[in-house]
Amino acid sequence: MPDTHAQDEAHPASTTETLISVENAALSKGGRRILENVSITVGRGEIVTLIGPNGAGKSMLIRVALGLEPLNSGHVRRTPGLKVGYQPQKVTLDETLPLSVQRFLTLTQPQPVEELKKGLADVQMPHLLDASIHTLSGGEFQRVMLARAMLRRPDLLVLDEPEQNVDTAGAVEIYQLIARLREETGCGILLVSHDLNVVMAATDRVYCLHGHICCSGTPDEISGHAEFLRLFGPSAAKTLAVYPHHHDHDHAPDGSVTHTHAH
Amino acid sequence: MFDAFIIRAAVGGIGVALVAGPLGCFVVWRRMAYFGDTLAHAGLTGVALGLVLGTHPTIGIVFTGVAIALLLLALQWQQRVPTDTLLGILSHSALAIGLIAISFMETVRVDLMGYLFGDILAVTVVDIAWIYGGATVLLAVLVFIWKPLIAMTVDEDLAVAEGVNGIRTQLIFTVLIALTVALAMKVVGVLLVTALLIIPAAAARRFAFSPEGMAIGAAILGGVAVLSGLFASLQWDTPSGPSVVAAAAFLFALSLMAGATLKDSGR
Repeated sequence: MPDTHAQDEAHPASTTETLISVENAALSKGGRRILENVSITVGRGEIVTLIGPNGAGKSMLIRVALGLEPLNSGHVRRTPGLKVGYQPQKVTLDETLPLSVQRFLTLTQPQPVEELKKGLADVQMPHLLDASIHTLSGGEFQRVMLARAMLRRPDLLVLDEPEQNVDTAGAVEIYQLIARLREETGCGILLVSHDLNVVMAATDRVYCLHGHICCSGTPDEISGHAEFLRLFGPSAAKTLAVYPHHHDHDHAPDGSVTHTHAH
Repeated sequence: MFDAFIIRAAVGGIGVALVAGPLGCFVVWRRMAYFGDTLAHAGLTGVALGLVLGTHPTIGIVFTGVAIALLLLALQWQQRVPTDTLLGILSHSALAIGLIAISFMETVRVDLMGYLFGDILAVTVVDIAWIYGGATVLLAVLVFIWKPLIAMTVDEDLAVAEGVNGIRTQLIFTVLIALTVALAMKVVGVLLVTALLIIPAAAARRFAFSPEGMAIGAAILGGVAVLSGLFASLQWDTPSGPSVVAAAAFLFALSLMAGATLKDSGR
């Protein structure tokens, strides 16, 4: 197993246009430190995956990057005029607001119906265009949100756990779709993964977050990883990657860092 | 057949209903019913303020309404006190302070009941001009911010991340609500103004399949409530403002039953 820590420099990030960068971000809420000295960048055509345990601040970091959350210190830089497609982890829709899927898809950007149909077909939901958004199941809504974010033809696609409520086969499919969008449009993609150890194989850079960036690097090449093949099968292995990594420090339950061994 | 004052009341009331319906939809969607109450109660302080400053009470109502709305918007961005608690504090203290201030004004005769329950039968031609002028401006501004406001109402984060100017949209909307409340106070009074905003909107929900459909439905049902409330008030000699609200409530109850039938038939 090669050490993934050293691969940070191997990626030619400097050659791509930076779409968004968070620099030395620090954020506290209600006296609790959520982010500390966090820096990440996403370039055009790059797929960047955030992993980390529950409460690590992944969604908060995404909100910071999108300018939805003010920082205590640090900077967020976005390319001026950056067009964002965003799939939040959770959207709570009020039942009193009548809304069709078609209307939901075009809230902030009008689209021809043909495009909408194509977008929904991409996520295997072509029959839902005229349905009321309130009748969708969790998994259906998840896919519609993904279609919505991609239909915007964004410069930067931001996905907060796109595979939640979706089974493994569905997750593989979603990852293939995301990778295809990158191929077709060259957009940058920032996504939060559900799983600590499994990320999209096409990921250029993984950040492991736990209040701070614990480590980052490219995901390991996994085709030969026996345990992974056993778990997910060979077709999944083309799309998913195991990101086995260990840290030089542990976290106490309060999130504070205890050093275990030096690298 | 009808006296002129009844016709003036109907025309004025319908004008208010036309603007209260669509804006009331947003009050329902965004769960702001208590916010409407707070603005209305603050209106009483506005009346007192207007009298103290020697201007028209409506100017006082508009001024305090907008001030309270902006204050609330600012207070919502801090998260120490829950918003509904804040609203309760502001709402009832505004009502109390308004009542006290008016009680001090021995030299000016203030029709307290008129402000509390509205005085739709006293609507003048000048009032009607104000109502329709105001309603036109309010609706025009609402149409102008409609798309971003709907996007914000569905999900604020999503809208802002995708480039909607969240603060501007929210500011304009808040001022619109404050002005609508000021407009509607004349018809149904401080205590019932929220009812005119939310009941027609809630009644329209069952029949609507789009936000626009619900807004138009709310405006129509509001107008029907005004007409039937006024008619009932004439027929049975009941107070007119409360009759309008009772008529709206009756329409809402009907919509629940009709909605249940719609659901049964598969829609």
